[in-house]
Amino acid sequence: MVELLVFYFFGAVLVISASMVVTIRNPVFAALFLVLCFFSSAAIWLILQAEFLAIALVLVYVGAVMVLFLFVVMMLDINIARLREGFVKFLPVGIIVALLMLVAMSLVITSGYFNREEPAIQVSQVAGYSNTTQLGKALFTEYLYPFEIAGVILLVAIIAAISLTMRKPRSNKTQQPSLQVRASKKERLRIIKMKAEPKQDAGGQSS
Amino acid sequence: MIVLSDVLILAAILFCISVAGIFINRKNVIILLMCIELMLLAVNMNFIAFSHFLQDINGQVFVFFILTVAAAESAIGLAILVVLFRNRETINVQDLNSMKG
Repeated sequence: MVELLVFYFFGAVLVISASMVVTIRNPVFAALFLVLCFFSSAAIWLILQAEFLAIALVLVYVGAVMVLFLFVVMMLDINIARLREGFVKFLPVGIIVALLMLVAMSLVITSGYFNREEPAIQVSQVAGYSNTTQLGKALFTEYLYPFEIAGVILLVAIIAAISLTMRKPRSNKTQQPSLQVRASKKERLRIIKMKAEPKQDAGGQSS
Repeated sequence: MIVLSDVLILAAILFCISVAGIFINRKNVIILLMCIELMLLAVNMNFIAFSHFLQDINGQVFVFFILTVAAAESAIGLAILVVLFRNRETINVQDLNSMKG
């Protein structure tokens, strides 16, 4: 019973803060409400016994991604009034589309197929069960190859983000292999014929 | 006790709010990126709900990968946004109608 109350509380916080994210004027406050969204959904994930992912959501999203968002929002000097043009004009369209989608989804969800209760025998009741251990076992055995690809995706994201925002022209000297390969002897080396000159005095006296 | 459809309806509400957000904030790229993050959060919540109620760890593995890709996506999106603002002095979608760099 307490579980249900906690779930409803965090669900209400989640919905309210999500609607504040999409309607609030100032992007800084929108980012902060998004942080609140992530916190409350991490709480809901804890209720659903996904402890590792709840902590990862708080660490990765609130700690890294949202700080990045706040950084960018505060760094850009944006004209909020211009960006709000058409807000009222598109509000009814947005609400109608969202309500239609919500009605369609809830018709499917409440049709009875998803009325599943929590299973009576849960694997988490076994002594010594750890969500992190189970997730790690699945990640490093069955999903090892996708896990490596996820690492490569993160590397690509790092390199792309840095190379996109690199401001000044490259000032460090690097090799240019194409020019090196194209270099030919006749551009670099000139052999000239000349007569042998008479030997001069070593310590020639100047007049 | 929580039933599965409670969590699914919560995720559906979250998804619909972010769809509405994309409609009404269609000029502001930053809010659009935030709405995409909210959508991915709703999807993740569905995965975790099914993973809990079916007692299957594979759903959480998928959430892990979605988190990875979403973090990469938002990092690159914000980098593009910064470059855009540096070149054009605006992030309004309406002003970005020229392909010329």
